[in-house]
Amino acid sequence: MSSTMMIGQYIPGRSVVHRLDPRTKISIIFLFVVIVFFANSVMSYTLLTLFSLGSAFATRIKVRYILKGLKPVWFLIIFTFLLHLFMTREGEVITTVLGWDLYREAVVQGATISLRFFLLIMVTSLLTLTTTPIEITDAIEQLLGPLKKVRFPVHELALMMSISLRFIPTLMQETEKISKAQASRGVDFRTGSFKDRVKAVIPLLVPLFVSAFKRAEELAMAMEARGYKGGEGRTKLRELKIGRVDYVISGVFLLVVIGLFVTRT
Amino acid sequence: MDITFKNVSYTYQPDSPFEFKALHDLSFEIRSGSFVAVIGHTGSGKSTLIQHLNGLLRPTGGVVTIGPYRLSADEKNKQLRELREKVGVVFQYPEHQLFEETVEKDIAFGPTNFGVDDEEIKARTREAVDAVDLDKSMLERSPFDLSGGQMRRVAIAGVLAMKPEVLVLDEPTAGLDPRGQREIMSMFSHLHKEKQLTTVLVTHSMEDALAYADHVIILNQGKVYKQGAPLELFQQKEALQAVQLDVPEVIEFLAKVNERFETHYSYQGQSIAELAKELAHYVEGGRGHE
Repeated sequence: MSSTMMIGQYIPGRSVVHRLDPRTKISIIFLFVVIVFFANSVMSYTLLTLFSLGSAFATRIKVRYILKGLKPVWFLIIFTFLLHLFMTREGEVITTVLGWDLYREAVVQGATISLRFFLLIMVTSLLTLTTTPIEITDAIEQLLGPLKKVRFPVHELALMMSISLRFIPTLMQETEKISKAQASRGVDFRTGSFKDRVKAVIPLLVPLFVSAFKRAEELAMAMEARGYKGGEGRTKLRELKIGRVDYVISGVFLLVVIGLFVTRT
Repeated sequence: MDITFKNVSYTYQPDSPFEFKALHDLSFEIRSGSFVAVIGHTGSGKSTLIQHLNGLLRPTGGVVTIGPYRLSADEKNKQLRELREKVGVVFQYPEHQLFEETVEKDIAFGPTNFGVDDEEIKARTREAVDAVDLDKSMLERSPFDLSGGQMRRVAIAGVLAMKPEVLVLDEPTAGLDPRGQREIMSMFSHLHKEKQLTTVLVTHSMEDALAYADHVIILNQGKVYKQGAPLELFQQKEALQAVQLDVPEVIEFLAKVNERFETHYSYQGQSIAELAKELAHYVEGGRGHE
């Protein structure tokens, strides 16, 4: 168990957002990502912010935890803001701080760009916070379904995705286990020169690769033993179903989209 | 080295939805030179406990003392390296940690990290290989060409080459065949006596705990459930079953014999063969032993 967690690691729950069909969620988020770039007025940004905060609230996950998960990207958001603040030279000068002229456009641009950034990351992390990786791959497989007509290997792609997602926690556990074993044998991963630290990674990587290859081979064997053969004619254990919640939430989202284009200037 | 746990608790991922309290207010003592078995059902906190013994984890509450070293929540220990040299840990499936090109280099890895000089390392490697009963001809081979049992022995030799004063074993026999299990356990028992080690054995096998340990600590849900001399503890069938543990077969068997024949045989570390002889003697009519 690692004490640092990833952005948007799935948290089990029974909220509306959790129960939403993953296809609905992915479609809404995809559209959201597009329309964020259409917002250009205070009202339209407010609308989008309210929508994403509302969704975050509806997940019933502690806000503190969601924000904590965004920690690694705070730096980027603030950095973007500062970059715009100092680099943009349009509009009139508002004030001068320590010899730097602060332009009106710089503040506006910095704020909008970082807000966009924040909204995008927030909403996409809501997807992974409330949807299991398996659900996401199932949904992607179905959404990409039409591409099968042009011989695009949709099923294989989805399988590859779900296998790699499935093994992320396993490999992380394995890494932790091996690094503890090597630390017990006197490896120091944290201090020493850069060269020393690179060298310290070898005793970690070699066993990790060995076990990953072994696992891959075992998995392939187990799949073959159980008669696995590609997508054609394969049935699903979990059928995805569009329910009433999906219609309601899609409706709400449609209103947001309409609202956005009305309030746009 | 004496080991003391005083009100130790450990919480994984505190302040997150995955928060998990693995140890609660744990207190016990392990005296220098003793052979202690830690037993408990899966998830009772055994693995978390042993990671405190060489400072891989720092308690989130309470204090762990290992000889002169102290681990507590509010201060970082600066002598972790020294501590790790003195406390050798053999993890579960230790063969997964092998990585070098040759067996010799892998065994030398630990001592090299701790700055032991080359001559000494050579000597220690030979000694460790002898201790785990591997042939010297294996030193030049790649550890990945060996059998599972041999790989395990190489990994154990790698820990022994550090010359630890405390040896921590996390289910060292898991996944071995019965013969391999016996050989590995008697090897550890021999090392324990010969080098006057302090040995901490985490195990699922009540038989091993009974046969080798002189003190047993039973964990349940991160707390010390019971501790004491193995013979005493293993008589308490109900208490053991309450935490999903079994009574060792020998003791269970003796209890049945005593009940059936109204005898008073007690277990004094006899092997199955010796017990069988005693019983045969009784059945044949030599009623001398009551």
